[in-house]
Amino acid sequence: MTPACASAFSTLLSRGRCFPAASRIRPLVRAFCDAPPRLQDAAAGVASSQDHAEKADDVKARPDELDIAIVGGGMVGLAVACALSIMPLTKHLRVGIIDSNPALKSRNYLKKDGTPDSRVSTITPATISFFKDIGAWEHVQQQRHAFFGKMQVWDYTGLGYTRYNARDVGKEYLGCVVENKVLCNSLLLRLQEEQGDIEKMIYPTRLMSLSFPSKSRQSPTSEAVSSGQTSEESHRSNLVKLDLSDGHTLYSKLVVGADGSKSNVRQTAGIKTTGWNYPQNAIICTVEHSTENDCAWQRFLSSGPIALLPIGDNFSNIVWTMSPEDSLRHKSMSPEDFVKSVNHALDFGYGSHPHTSRLDYYMEKLFSDIGSTAASTKECFEVPPKAVGVISERMAFPLSLKHSHDYVSKRLALVGDAAHTVHPLAGQGVNLGFGDAAALAKIIADGVSVGADIGDITLLKRYEKDRKAANVAMAAVLDGFQKMYSVDFGPLNVLRAAAFHGAQYISPLKKNIISYAMGDTKWPLFS
Amino acid sequence: MLRRIPPCLRQSILTSFSASAPHCGVHLPEPGLSPPHALLQQWRLCSSAASPDSPPPSPPPPSPPKVPPLTGGRSTVSSLNPSEVAKFAAIAETWWDSEGPFKPLHLMNPTRLSFIRSTLCRHFRKDPFSSKPLEGLKVIDVGCGGGILSEPLARMGATVTAIDAVDKNIKIASVHAASDPSTASIEYCCTTAEDLVKENKQFDAVISLEVIEHVADPLGFCESLSALTVPNGATVISTINRSMRAYATAIVAAEYILNWLPKGTHHWSKLVTPEELVLILERASISVQEMAGFVYNPLRGEWSLSDDISVNYIAYGIKKVETPSVEPQSHV
Repeated sequence: MTPACASAFSTLLSRGRCFPAASRIRPLVRAFCDAPPRLQDAAAGVASSQDHAEKADDVKARPDELDIAIVGGGMVGLAVACALSIMPLTKHLRVGIIDSNPALKSRNYLKKDGTPDSRVSTITPATISFFKDIGAWEHVQQQRHAFFGKMQVWDYTGLGYTRYNARDVGKEYLGCVVENKVLCNSLLLRLQEEQGDIEKMIYPTRLMSLSFPSKSRQSPTSEAVSSGQTSEESHRSNLVKLDLSDGHTLYSKLVVGADGSKSNVRQTAGIKTTGWNYPQNAIICTVEHSTENDCAWQRFLSSGPIALLPIGDNFSNIVWTMSPEDSLRHKSMSPEDFVKSVNHALDFGYGSHPHTSRLDYYMEKLFSDIGSTAASTKECFEVPPKAVGVISERMAFPLSLKHSHDYVSKRLALVGDAAHTVHPLAGQGVNLGFGDAAALAKIIADGVSVGADIGDITLLKRYEKDRKAANVAMAAVLDGFQKMYSVDFGPLNVLRAAAFHGAQYISPLKKNIISYAMGDTKWPLFS
Repeated sequence: MLRRIPPCLRQSILTSFSASAPHCGVHLPEPGLSPPHALLQQWRLCSSAASPDSPPPSPPPPSPPKVPPLTGGRSTVSSLNPSEVAKFAAIAETWWDSEGPFKPLHLMNPTRLSFIRSTLCRHFRKDPFSSKPLEGLKVIDVGCGGGILSEPLARMGATVTAIDAVDKNIKIASVHAASDPSTASIEYCCTTAEDLVKENKQFDAVISLEVIEHVADPLGFCESLSALTVPNGATVISTINRSMRAYATAIVAAEYILNWLPKGTHHWSKLVTPEELVLILERASISVQEMAGFVYNPLRGEWSLSDDISVNYIAYGIKKVETPSVEPQSHV
């Protein structure tokens, strides 16, 4: 023991009094404060002696019983499965993925020379590091993906623009545009590597009904006991029952609802949502340029933002929000007219280019005096590359903001769009979803490490608490942007322009906005 | 540091304890003496449900089941009477309702378990990355209550025996554990540590959380725990400090301000300070290796481990191989 303790003891003894309460015994070692094993460690692979025991477990495990049933094998659902399969504490868990999507049968890299799919995601450095942690990033790298290091945002009034550059925040890139099917495929391939045979894991069918344990789920009911219920039945009454469309029934300790914004799981569980539909649709498609595009472009029009995202080679992805009537028109017009319309919207359409004005002059003077201008302040406005052709079908879908009141209940956790849908204007939706997946997997690992029941509400509440704040903040920021641009009113336009100028010139603010959009910081203004 | 203490002084310190309580062995809840626990009072309310002064927060308990007398040793509840099980199932609901009256305990449990997990992993050289690090270890949970600690220990792979002197708790715990195959192997017994010692039972690890402050004779209790531990085995004890802060939270706040507990529930003098605990355990041939405090963050609603042992604390010690002696021993 330490000399400090010894002296404390001799002091109290010399006073002739027994045990005053003040002295302390310091812990000799504090290794119990060990952080839970990190994903990287997991990926490195920790040889464990438990494999033997796990096999024994598998033998006695009933085939229709799971530890975790993931409903929905989309990007976020697969990410949860993947993260669980690589962590030493959770890889023994029996995980099932319920999804009838035939894409889940893919086991090969998608060819790079095909036409890019129009459903793409702009993933942030935070998401990329999650993919690296779970070992799926190397598969993404083998398929089509496009990093971008520059971004230009401007508005239709011609008063403001801002250019972001990765080097402002000391990074090599701001984000990466990847087709959704590439992300799914990479996660599947990674899962295959970990599990050997993932056929057993994937249930290519649909969920018909879901029944959660009743209120008295924690213990056998009196009827159950007196009717001579077997121990198997009594413990199944404590699990979630999932009826599948192929006639099978599964029982699981935990159900993860990863089935999108219209989540069947969420509705069955009776979890309410708050939100509203935006009076806008989004049109997405892939366009071709004559040269390679290496910058992400976004222009705020009075009808909604239009984004042009590089997807590799000479291709770009268009995400264009507009009124539902316009979207129908744009969907049905000829490809030539559509290309013309896109080029118009990204150039002189709806208003002039931002130009150097007296306002700029004073702004620059002001901030150069302060000496904190960001490196890209001097960068001039550029016109995005022209589209030369539209090479995919145009898809239109309605936009909404939706937030689930609860992310968890007993034996249930919602992730991704099932828990929250945000405006797609900054491509943040799926990044929030991957954030959910990482947080949920970590909480489950924490639970396993202390022997918790993984469907325990106390445990799952920690996941909800972790994620709700992040998701609500992002939804509010994006909703604010949407609202700000839905009004075409002179004084407001000037204010918006001033805000853009502010973002362009006030270096710390700009850095924070970039960091927030990259998934680094919690809040763009107060960090 | 203990070896620096003059033998005569230690002698007097230690005898001053045993003198106050001549009867050795576990003395579970005295009537009206529910636990002096700041935030865990409900745990105590239930585990001392025998007390007429502190009715449990659950529905009225069913008529007393036919319990084999405690002095008769163990009453292993393996064959359950269906009607009794049904009655206890209703109470188990309260014990295990993580949003119910035991919520503070459920919140604290992972923190206690992470201490136990990491100390036992190091002590027994187990792989901390394993999902079942305690596999192959015989562990006893003394004063198990509804089994809130026993079940996680079983999920961590331990072969768990759990005892409580209150028969009702044992029934609740048995029914609940049976609903999950990973915890169904827990052996629950309504007995006392002292009785198990008479049966010459021994365990690799002996864990007794929030119990020592309720026993009449802490030294005798620790000697029983020590006797249940195999040589070089591990003992883990948690309790509440006899500090001013503990007084403020456990007695003044819980009893007089918040009315969580009947006034007079806590006996200040029964609380044990970390220094006392170390000396008592030393006397019982257990050398304390580590101590940690639990602190509650009311804003985050979470407990965490810390150096601050002024209110709730937990200690881990090793059962010494040599025979106990009053003479100070050189130990590592």
